[in-house]
Amino acid sequence: MLESSLDDAALERIYDALAEALDRSGREHEAVFLAKLALTLAARLGNEAEILDAIAIAERDLDP
Amino acid sequence: MTEGLKRGRHQSLYFDYPVFPFTPPAEMRGERSHHKVAVVGGGPVGMVVALELARRGIASVVIEAADTLAEGSRAICFSRRSLEILEGVGVADAVIKKALPWTRGTSYYRNRPVYHLEMPHSGDDKYYPMVNLQQCWLEQFILDRVAAEPLIEMRWQSRVSDVRPAGDHVVLRVDTPDGEYSTTTDWLVAADGARSAVRRALGLKLNGTSYEGRYVIADILIKHDYPTERRVWFDPPSNPGSTVIMHRQPDDIWRIDYQLLDDADEAEELQERRIRERIQAQLEMIGETADWKLDWFSLYKAHALCLDNYVHGRVIFAGDAAHLVPIFGVRGLNSGLADANNLGWKLAWLVNGWAAPELLGSYNDERRAATLDVFENAIKSTKFMTPPSRGYDLMRDAVLSLSLTETFARPLINPRQSVPYTYQDGPLTSPDDPAFAAGPIPGDLPVNLHLGGGRYLLDHLGAGFTLISFGPPGGQVRERIARLPEPGTVVVVGEDVADPAGRIAAVYGARQGTAYLVRPDGHIAARWHAGVSVEALEAALARLKIGNAEVGHA
Ligand SMILES: Cc1cc2nc3c(=O)[nH]c(=O)nc-3n(C[C@H](O)[C@H](O)[C@H](O)COP(=O)(O)OP(=O)(O)OC[C@H]3O[C@@H](n4cnc5c(N)ncnc54)[C@H](O)[C@@H]3O)c2cc1C
Repeated sequence: MLESSLDDAALERIYDALAEALDRSGREHEAVFLAKLALTLAARLGNEAEILDAIAIAERDLDP
Repeated sequence: MTEGLKRGRHQSLYFDYPVFPFTPPAEMRGERSHHKVAVVGGGPVGMVVALELARRGIASVVIEAADTLAEGSRAICFSRRSLEILEGVGVADAVIKKALPWTRGTSYYRNRPVYHLEMPHSGDDKYYPMVNLQQCWLEQFILDRVAAEPLIEMRWQSRVSDVRPAGDHVVLRVDTPDGEYSTTTDWLVAADGARSAVRRALGLKLNGTSYEGRYVIADILIKHDYPTERRVWFDPPSNPGSTVIMHRQPDDIWRIDYQLLDDADEAEELQERRIRERIQAQLEMIGETADWKLDWFSLYKAHALCLDNYVHGRVIFAGDAAHLVPIFGVRGLNSGLADANNLGWKLAWLVNGWAAPELLGSYNDERRAATLDVFENAIKSTKFMTPPSRGYDLMRDAVLSLSLTETFARPLINPRQSVPYTYQDGPLTSPDDPAFAAGPIPGDLPVNLHLGGGRYLLDHLGAGFTLISFGPPGGQVRERIARLPEPGTVVVVGEDVADPAGRIAAVYGARQGTAYLVRPDGHIAARWHAGVSVEALEAALARLKIGNAEVGHA
């Protein structure tokens, strides 16, 4: 279970920002947008193990 | 077909293809003939193996199926290391005179630059990191040397149809315009290319990965004024979804490679009309309006395949017969030339009776390791150039899009151009002397330095072993090097080459007495920081499987 370092209010604002950015990207570009975002966050985070762990978390239960 | 494309023999717009006649060999004139070394395949790799042997006094016969040189430009980018290898066999000057040197490249996403490639190049480098030259020209220049070499017999229009190992020799059958003959050889070098008949005769298979991505490779004749550099466009407006590569070659020839989309119909795409449209779109995109002609084209798929073993008793595989390497990052022929360089001296020493048979085993160990290393890099570039799945496709687009503004993602675009392989863990390489704080390690290539007046440190390397010694070595060491069957060379820094500013010593991490032992193929076998004793030298020679080799032992 991931320990989040964001408070609930910030998480909600990011949730909205992501949803709106996905809408602006549109179906054609949403996947590339998410891939860019993931790479950018990974470069920021700089911890390979944590990034691979995040990939595993995100891949879980895609079709529960 | 307006420009004589693929109408029987290739009609080149820039190269006059010679036609070499068939001459009946000794075997067909009823004379007995047994060869020390037969090289199957007179492509660039086979011919360079023969030159490496001849350089060391070994005669060979080169058996070549075709009656002319490589059709089309094929391999066009040659690395600095390849030029050094070609220098060793006396071909570099001709290549340099004709080839186009380059150091940089630009990658574009759509048509915006996202990555600049800059290959290291300094005044201490004798050769540029890369030069462009059509393979037919390279083969012509190698052949000019071969023709001047009395120890090499070229046999054209001679196709090897069967190979049978027979204990201490190999029997081969050869098809010619005048019928078949068979002959025998002590050693057989299989340099007969991607569809090697020798490989088939021995029942051997290449293993590894083949890629689905398809490229059309085309050469056009055009007066296009742009510096020699590597240009790559990802998803360009000219050919959406595709990747396009452009390289300049001599004679106003330009190479344009472009990727076919996954759903493209191959038969349709290989129609000349279609190829012209795609190339025209690319030229228009870069603002080129000059007239042009199509010279040659071909379909290419990337493979990363190799034999599990390059040495099978008395049959030794080299070049494309041993491995197929993706061309991205310019490795195809460069790897083959490195094989020839590694194999030449080893086979020569063995044939002369100067070395233990394990020396040949080291050819397999070193060159297979090099191939696997090349695969690792080439596979990364291939996955970027032709993404094998939707996941790789998305990630590549993400990297390209990010790289327009963010530097962190750009290294992922690096084409990973071929670099020489270090035989650091090879069986011939002595462990490093921990006293060194700098300098090339055993297995590496020595570092070149400009000495002034157009002379370079590595010009002093001999065809045999070379001891680079900082200050004179001991008398026994000097004598041992001279007593090697192919007498070695001693280069004393401070005497044979001046080093007033201590520049060479600094680059080699040397103090008074420091010594480097360099193999005949130019790789460092061993180094000693505080000086080399004759015992230490002997240990290094034993590791090289030539411990007993002395003048008179042959
Ligand atoms: C269409 C194409 C495009 C290429 N583009 C590039 C590129 O852009 N960059 C790059 O690095 N590499 C490229 N390559 C690969 C490069 O050309 C090879 O790596 C290189 O030619 C290998 O040299 P080789 O001497 O091992 O084999 P080859 O050049 O193939 O020579 C083998 C020789 O053996 C002869 N032969 C075959 N069978 C027999 C037989 N049974 N008996 C006697 N002789 C025989 C052939 O006639 C040939 O002359 C390309 C190859 C092709 C086919």
